[in-house]
Amino acid sequence: MPKADVLLSGVRPLNEQACDVWISDGRIRQVGAAGSLVGDPHTVRPNVAGQILLPGLVDLHTHLREPGREDAETIATGCAAAALGGFTAVHAMANTAPVADTAGVVEQVWRIGQATGRCDVYPVGAVTVGLAGERLAELESMASSAARVRVFSDDGICVSDAVLMRRALEYVKAFGGVIAQHAQEPRLTEGAQMNEGALSAQLGLTGWPAVAEEAIIARDVLLAEHVGSRLHVCHLSTRGSVEIIRWAKQRGIHVTAEVTPHHLLLTEDLAATYDPIYKVNPPLRTVDDVTAVREGLADGTIDIVATDHAPHPHEAKDCEWSAGAFGMLGLQTALPIVVETMVASGLMSWAQLAHQMSVQPARIGQVDHMHGRPLQVGEPANLVLIDPQKRWTVQPEALASLSRNTPYVGREMPASVRGTMLRGEWTVVDGELQ
Amino acid sequence: MRHLLSAADLDRDRADSILNTAAQLATLQNRSVKKLPTLRGRTIANLFFEDSTRTRLSFEAAAKRLSADVITFTAKGSSVSKGESLKDTALTLEAMGAEVVVVRHGASGAAHRLAHSGWTQAGVINAGDGTHEHPTQALLDAYTIRDRLCAGAGNLDGLRVVIVGDVLHSRVARSNVILLGTLGAEVTLVAPPTLMPKGVESWPCQYTYDLDEALTGADAVMMLRVQAERMNAAYFPSAHEYSRSFGLTAARAQRLADHGIVLHPGPMNRGMEISADVADGPRSVVVDQVTNGVSVRMAVLYEVFGARAQVGAIGNAEVDNFIGGEPDAQG
Repeated sequence: MPKADVLLSGVRPLNEQACDVWISDGRIRQVGAAGSLVGDPHTVRPNVAGQILLPGLVDLHTHLREPGREDAETIATGCAAAALGGFTAVHAMANTAPVADTAGVVEQVWRIGQATGRCDVYPVGAVTVGLAGERLAELESMASSAARVRVFSDDGICVSDAVLMRRALEYVKAFGGVIAQHAQEPRLTEGAQMNEGALSAQLGLTGWPAVAEEAIIARDVLLAEHVGSRLHVCHLSTRGSVEIIRWAKQRGIHVTAEVTPHHLLLTEDLAATYDPIYKVNPPLRTVDDVTAVREGLADGTIDIVATDHAPHPHEAKDCEWSAGAFGMLGLQTALPIVVETMVASGLMSWAQLAHQMSVQPARIGQVDHMHGRPLQVGEPANLVLIDPQKRWTVQPEALASLSRNTPYVGREMPASVRGTMLRGEWTVVDGELQ
Repeated sequence: MRHLLSAADLDRDRADSILNTAAQLATLQNRSVKKLPTLRGRTIANLFFEDSTRTRLSFEAAAKRLSADVITFTAKGSSVSKGESLKDTALTLEAMGAEVVVVRHGASGAAHRLAHSGWTQAGVINAGDGTHEHPTQALLDAYTIRDRLCAGAGNLDGLRVVIVGDVLHSRVARSNVILLGTLGAEVTLVAPPTLMPKGVESWPCQYTYDLDEALTGADAVMMLRVQAERMNAAYFPSAHEYSRSFGLTAARAQRLADHGIVLHPGPMNRGMEISADVADGPRSVVVDQVTNGVSVRMAVLYEVFGARAQVGAIGNAEVDNFIGGEPDAQG
């Protein structure tokens, strides 16, 4: 059955001049001045005038928990959350059970993602067998599998062995892969619970010092330079990390970096509640670090925003701080938090937001044949519509994730995703999942 | 005072009031019948996820001397050791009618979490949480200093107290820095730099790496227990070197003011942080600390029960009356 044509009248691509966008057969068929397009008699004309149109968002860092922890999230529920958050593609991290360290597991994840139909799921392959940090997983097999893996990461665990990291960086050059490093020197962070500083000392919580992140990033950019490979730095969180990446880029090293929405907004003082809803890895940092990562994102030192969406069941958070799991939900709140911290604050435009939440993550993940495309005739209709004035309040039970571990309970969000479209099919209409 | 979670919950008036109440209660110790009927029929739960014979027995004695019923959970021999969560244990105690929970837990913030998570309506007394705080220990230390150096009354203004040892991992040090500061004492922390917390310069106290300098003319020194596993984690090279730089020997103790006293929260590593002759010598008030712990914890239980709506007035006047009158022999 052919897909119905859709005419988006009076939408504002990248928050610029209003125009009409006609979508037909999964692609953008025509773009014209506002009010100039009429479509065919059977064309659907939703009332979306004034909404901001962006390319569908792409997340380079999502934990979908399937296979293995379907009590926390499934590929289907994670994709529902992604669609409601405005995403048309997510990269699913490898720390599942079994670990996504073989062609078999990544193909399974890829196929289930295809079947959900709400969001493209691109599996990330593990760098080392079982995330154990001892020997390389079969990276080429995953790359040449049906899942076409290009991003490899032991996320959750740092590839701390310098030789292993060097080999991984070298090995993926054969098929153009990228190693996404979770930068955390393990010995400096044994038992770590929160950012190390005066507050951690006062609260009696073991510190996670900034240097444990920065030392690994510094080592890895030098390794990437030495072997001439590509490095991606996951969820960087400190001022020092931003400075190292800035230095590396000036030096011409092929490094990209991401920051999470929560590191753009929240600070370590929330640990004083001892409520592990605020426990995340890397930990929430200081106000100065938040300022630095915002500046780094604004000036492009940090390439992208990635959610590090990390669902956990209720019992993993309804406990004392040190027993609590690391991680927080992110897919449905990512866009409004970037709007609040970066756009509303005047640090970036909507066009830059689209660049750093869609275009660039698609490029780093090498899915830019399909996602993060320009809003032009002939391009795949992977789109998101945003009402920049419609505020909403986060209610955990109203989120699509199976888990409820959002740190934003009761917090008002400044913008709403109203529609999401994957290859011309609505996955979200009027803020409702289709 | 609904809960006692941190020494920071106590302003100077409140701390003074608890210490004064404890001083009144201490007179009970000299009686053959050491019991008041005040909390008869009320239930206190002692929830000890960590081994702590000393603190647990002290709270038990305090509760029993106030005629309360005591339920004791310890990690060994209860479902706690089978992985039952803090939350489930709290719900169980709530269902059993515990009105006040005394909690010792290995996780920093466990008492705070118990008080604020909605798992229980009970008042919560922190009996030591991880490397965070141990406020009743600080109260008994303050009481002991006041008893020895200020004739059991008045304030600690201008007294110099030195705290020595594994400050980084010490809940006793954290609570004492706060409480002794509140009471007007000048606190100096002494530790090797590896065992000094990051950000200590922002704490309301002095710090130094030189024990001899800090001890000179001090009114009191508190030696913290140093655990052997710290050595294995490379906080210091050897017990011998630690002891040489940071151990309290008889010769070092002579640097204290003539009236200077030596405290230790126990259990002591004789020969490590403190030499046996100092531990057992005339300056040592270690045994007093244990005795005073019971009175101070009785005073804290008074305070916390006193804040509960359904409890009738339990104030100092009532304590005076009980102490002034005949103790209840049946309690």
